Amino acid sequence: MDLIADHISHRFGTLDVLDQVSFTVRAGEVVAIVGPSGCGKSTLLSILGGLLRPREGQAELRGAPPAGSLNPLTFVFQDFALLPWCTVEANVEFPLVHTALGISERRAVVDDALRRTGLTDFRGAYPKQLSGGMRQRVGIARALAVRPAILLMDEPLSALDSQTRELLMEDFIRLLADGSMGAVYVTHNLEEAVRLADRIVVLSRRPGRVREVVTIPMTRDERGDINARGKLLAIQNDLWSLIREEAIDAEREVQHA
Amino acid sequence: MLDRAPQGTQDETRPRPVAFRGAGFTPSAGRYSGWIALALVIGFWQLAGSAGWVNALFLPPPSAIVAAIYKLALSGALWQHLSWSVMRIGSGWILGTAAGIIVGFGIGLSTLARGVGITFISALFPIPKIALLPLLILWLGIGEEPKIATIALGVFFSTAISVYSGVDAVPRNLIRMAQSFNVPFHLIVRRVIWPGALPSILAGFRITASVALLLVVSAEMIGAQYGIGAFVLQAGNLMQTDQLLAAVVILSVFGLVVGKGINLLEARLLHWR
Repeated sequence: MDLIADHISHRFGTLDVLDQVSFTVRAGEVVAIVGPSGCGKSTLLSILGGLLRPREGQAELRGAPPAGSLNPLTFVFQDFALLPWCTVEANVEFPLVHTALGISERRAVVDDALRRTGLTDFRGAYPKQLSGGMRQRVGIARALAVRPAILLMDEPLSALDSQTRELLMEDFIRLLADGSMGAVYVTHNLEEAVRLADRIVVLSRRPGRVREVVTIPMTRDERGDINARGKLLAIQNDLWSLIREEAIDAEREVQHA
Repeated sequence: MLDRAPQGTQDETRPRPVAFRGAGFTPSAGRYSGWIALALVIGFWQLAGSAGWVNALFLPPPSAIVAAIYKLALSGALWQHLSWSVMRIGSGWILGTAAGIIVGFGIGLSTLARGVGITFISALFPIPKIALLPLLILWLGIGEEPKIATIALGVFFSTAISVYSGVDAVPRNLIRMAQSFNVPFHLIVRRVIWPGALPSILAGFRITASVALLLVVSAEMIGAQYGIGAFVLQAGNLMQTDQLLAAVVILSVFGLVVGKGINLLEARLLHWR
């Protein structure tokens, strides 16, 4: 199943945030969206996931979702969006309660999602008892439970410390390894984008337009190799040089606002 | 003389502890201090009464109040008055709370209800509800209905406000999360908005419990044969200050019991906080 951004424009009041953004996320592909602060990355993700109606253009799906997918487009949120009154297990089960799955099937799905994210021993804990990294793992387990075709990840690591980010990045790489699931990965962190994405959509500063689409010329497995580091760093630097001037302008604009 | 370091700088070469300056601004109630203070006040009050410093007719000593409560309990008058008050508070509070929760959720969830509801609530909330009792007597007769309706009205407005404030305070990201999983509206209300608004709703209960107590006493003073409010008025008219204060103590204990009940409810329902 492909996800298509078709000439998406959006505006908040008098503020244009997105302008004619178009690209396609093919089945199993990981596309990162980067750009200066305030360029409309998260707005674009909300539009792609059907949580925000664009002013112009639309998000489209092409092709059938994979068999058994309960929610083809599934978000992983920056702030985790966990229900604080529910245990880990109940949070993961939350998106399944209204589905046609029976109780035993639900339990099996939850068990599987908890196992894949290393949360089995924490199933009875409440979110407030968990570290930031474990909370985001609950968010990921909840997303996996509905067997998504495409994960819509809105800066999923930005609320975490650098060590936890590294550990979760390894988890993402593992979960996306078999290509059964694609992702749109919004981030301001170019290193994350370069490590995870097959393609990187670079947006201009507000109103966000597609400036460039960069393809990473190696598989994710190859990127783990020590010899690939130099090449990845060069891509990262190229991306930064694309964004840098606008990031400075965007920062000044925020300060003047 | 010249070799000596100047006075005052001599100590600066030696290490000395950094002065602590982070004290205070962290008040914490001692475990027994409140009870000790209460016992002291009651003891002084008793002493003042026993020593004849205060006229017992104007301020009977605690022992006289305890004796009055004991006599009231034995005679059955206490239960008779208390049961009428509890019945009125219970009925009025349940009616007002149920209506307040329904209207509060309506205002919290519907644009139309918000537009209409907030205007009406803002206009009617400041009216002292006891002032409506004579009108309610005209409408509903002289039975229990006007008293219960007065309490229900008082409880309704506070409940409605705390419910819609609670609904407004539910983080929108949780609602968007539920929507992103296609969770239907009624389940979002039941599983996200209701538990999210519960802390505010329970805080509202604390306010409405005291509003109900205030209104029951006022309503019973205006027109009732039985009830704690009627008893207080009657005791005052007869200069039976020990009985009057006995009723006040009972009201205070009743308020404390209700407060404890709400604490238990919070501990049970909001254990996740």
